[in-house]
Amino acid sequence: MILGIDVGGTHTDAVLLNGRFEVVASAKVLTNPENLIVSFREATSRILNGGDLKQLERIVLSTTMSTNAIVQNRVDRVGMILAGGPGLAPETLRINEDTRFISGYVSHRGLEAAGTDEREVRDAADSLKKKGIRHLGIVGKFSTRNPGLEQRIGDLVEGDFEHLSFGHRMSGNLNYPRRIATTYLNAAIWRVYNRFVEDILRFTAEIGTTAPVYILKADGGTSEISQSAKYPVGTILSGPAASIMGILSLTAGKEDAVALDIGGTTTDIALFADGVPLLEPFGVTIEGRKTLVRGLQTRSIGVAGDSRVRWEQGELRIGPEREGPAMAFGGPFPTPTDAMIVLGLTKIGDREKAVAAMDLLGGEANASPGETARIVFEKTCGLIADAVREILDEINNKPVYTIHEMLEGKIIEPKVLYVVGGPAEAMAPRLGELLGCRPGLPKHAEVANAVGAALARTTTEITLLADTEKKILTIVEEGIRQDIPGRFSRDDALFICREKLLERALKMGAREEDLIMEIIEDQEFNMVRGFYTTGKNIRIKAQIKPGLISPRKDGGTPS
Amino acid sequence: MTAGKRKTGLVFFPAFDWAISPTHPEREERLLYTQDQVFEEGLLDLGNIFEFKPGIATKEDVERVHICVPDVERVTTESHMISAGGAITAADKVMSGEVDNAFALVRPPGHHAMRIVHGARGFCNINIEAVMIEHIRRKYGRRRIAIVDTDCHHGDGTQDIFWHDPDTLFLSIHQDGRTLYPGSGFPEEFGGPNAVGMTVNIPLPPQTSEEGFLYVLDHLILPILDDFKPDLVINSAGQDNHYTDPITDMQFTAQGYARLNDRLSPDIAVLEGGYSVETALPYINVGIILAMAGLDYSQVREPDYDPERIRQSADTTRYIERLSEGILGLWKRREEQKQKIRRDSEFIRRRRSVYYDTDHISEEQTEEVRVCDDCGGLVTIDSTANYTTRIFAVVVPGGSCPACRRKGEEIYGSRSRGDGPYQHIYFQDRDRDLYLVK
Repeated sequence: MILGIDVGGTHTDAVLLNGRFEVVASAKVLTNPENLIVSFREATSRILNGGDLKQLERIVLSTTMSTNAIVQNRVDRVGMILAGGPGLAPETLRINEDTRFISGYVSHRGLEAAGTDEREVRDAADSLKKKGIRHLGIVGKFSTRNPGLEQRIGDLVEGDFEHLSFGHRMSGNLNYPRRIATTYLNAAIWRVYNRFVEDILRFTAEIGTTAPVYILKADGGTSEISQSAKYPVGTILSGPAASIMGILSLTAGKEDAVALDIGGTTTDIALFADGVPLLEPFGVTIEGRKTLVRGLQTRSIGVAGDSRVRWEQGELRIGPEREGPAMAFGGPFPTPTDAMIVLGLTKIGDREKAVAAMDLLGGEANASPGETARIVFEKTCGLIADAVREILDEINNKPVYTIHEMLEGKIIEPKVLYVVGGPAEAMAPRLGELLGCRPGLPKHAEVANAVGAALARTTTEITLLADTEKKILTIVEEGIRQDIPGRFSRDDALFICREKLLERALKMGAREEDLIMEIIEDQEFNMVRGFYTTGKNIRIKAQIKPGLISPRKDGGTPS
Repeated sequence: MTAGKRKTGLVFFPAFDWAISPTHPEREERLLYTQDQVFEEGLLDLGNIFEFKPGIATKEDVERVHICVPDVERVTTESHMISAGGAITAADKVMSGEVDNAFALVRPPGHHAMRIVHGARGFCNINIEAVMIEHIRRKYGRRRIAIVDTDCHHGDGTQDIFWHDPDTLFLSIHQDGRTLYPGSGFPEEFGGPNAVGMTVNIPLPPQTSEEGFLYVLDHLILPILDDFKPDLVINSAGQDNHYTDPITDMQFTAQGYARLNDRLSPDIAVLEGGYSVETALPYINVGIILAMAGLDYSQVREPDYDPERIRQSADTTRYIERLSEGILGLWKRREEQKQKIRRDSEFIRRRRSVYYDTDHISEEQTEEVRVCDDCGGLVTIDSTANYTTRIFAVVVPGGSCPACRRKGEEIYGSRSRGDGPYQHIYFQDRDRDLYLVK
């Protein structure tokens, strides 16, 4: 059995799934924002009994813990040591007053173009220590090409701080400013996240289960919880990821699809390509900070069930603000929900109040409540459909860098539209018409997030770079930098990449049967200097892509 | 930094799967390290730099500029159509106001491709700037356009295409043709009889450094642009004047390229050559992008940058000062020059040989232009490649006067294939966007 828990901003949901992944029990409790463990305990105790506990194979958690710590600024003060060399003006890279710039940097080929000055590093560390700073981020430009410089700085300040976060461990992707932001966030939430992990592990020990505990990351994949404690930044935006994985788990589609989560304030939009949720190309953004954190792509728009509707200069405006519930529920302003009630698309709330809401709105435009409701509903659906088209357009016009991709690149053409959230049933048919998609309403949508978390597979990614001119191989996510022979080939690289990806995934708690690898980048360039080929530059990126775990062959033991 | 932040469009197409041959300078690896540097610096996250996917140019886009022998398909590959399409995308983003300026960081390049195309020369098949410019004129109306070609090699293809066009000013700074391919680009090449002064060549001595380039910019190029008052400035942004370029001999720097772009402030920049793929291009391109976007580029420099080592000699400085003065004088006397060239001729003929070094083709060309004060003048070209393929082309210019048009239609109408020695007879009418072959 699998226990899935989604600790959301308002509710904490828990589900218990049997070996065939059927929901056998579920619970919804209010989230206690002061102490997430309390909500965790309460939800769990409602659905777990002694017998289930013994059969528990895994516990998977999605939580707003890291996100909230950042949003509410409950983070530690972090010192940053940056070694960037020439390029953008350093001041544009300063992340806080505790940022120190030191000399030394690595070039795009991974060569140390200038070394570090030990004295300078010591002085920077001492000045930060004096301020009482216990957490340090160390980031170099192109440290993904050669982590040596960051590692040496780390050695120099070893023991001076409670925790060191290294830029090169955050991601194999290029982007120095994002690397700085990611490393900063990782160091800033490190202590609060590690406490949370301790609390969770204490709790599971207390209730007497030895089942491994996993946490859902931003990319919709899981990681064993104590592994995740090293890189807590990977768990930001776990909530939206749970929602997308939830839709996936309830539909198991293999087609191009659009998923909408229509709430009170916002509608979240996600896309699937052949049933696989799309990842942000560079990394997720949190509180305006662009990071390198691998994460699912979502877009939020301020058009939803409780959006305030009004006329403004002859134009009907919907959202983006929510001023309260629908008037049918005693709210202050007309909303799309009121319109749907008037149109008979849903039976919730006080119909008379909804009619009054449309009357109020229509009064200015001389329309009957029915006509007004029709206009409001059309406009709401239209705005959401426009947003979906815009995102599709953006994704399908994403720059590509080879002629092959230019001519043969995949175009996403959704066939199905999944809708969850309060107004889902009322809006899905019309939205489906507007987008030319078959509408689908997943079952158990009320606990979708917890199911999604429960069934998400362990994901990870590694980046291999081999430079046969310099005879060096780097797998930066693992901190590997080793010598290779000059005749090292692309096949060798692919072999090593697969092997290391497997090791990494298993370490993170992946199940053997879910190790579905995918090579997502595979490039080989001849390096020519002075008209002679001097070596090859091989670049390979491999991942375990986000998706669902597969049911055990024996079907498990249904309870 | 002289201007505030600008919205800059970037069309980046490195064509990672295309090369002339595996070890050719124009190969897959060329923009690899540039991509690395641009991505690592995080330029696309700065908020005012936007990346766009290139479009693909059509056969019609190419036929508006070139006479391709025998046809467009036979002398181009997809890569050329995407490269030209990338330049067009950059132009469209600027013309529609979506961005303030744009940089097409695309390959393969185009500035050695002339009006007649029998194959590739100087790594170029079709002239991507020219295709872009005629697209702009077709879509947004006739514009006065200045092209500033800062590639180290003379932009002889662009010069040829706009030789007779009084609305296009072509300015080229390059390493002196006596020391480098293609061996042309001297001050006396000054535009055709209907466009005298609309071609300005500035051949700089080998080893010219930052100081020399910026001197020419401030004392020659910017004053000429002030006189010409273009609607659009386009930079043919070759990057092979760099001190580490393997096939040229200049001493320019990333910092210099950034300053040049800052002061020139082009509406559109299009990458041309530049083959120091590892030690120059990454830094030059970051510098150019920051300068175009109005951001601080003062900290951009190469890892081995040493201003002392690449300083130009005092002789070079004096030479460049005298050269600039001479060319500026020529520009000021361009009307006198025009009378001298024209005398009272109705047609003026030029004969020349063109060598296609990349594809090893020798072309013999006779070109005639009708002397005209009302338009760029009707042009006819008789071209023979490798002593075997012979064609005849009639070109009616954009904004043509009725007399030139009538004459052109008459000539095209009077000739038929098979009559004479020609395999094909082409009729290109830029005004009516018409392209006929018989």
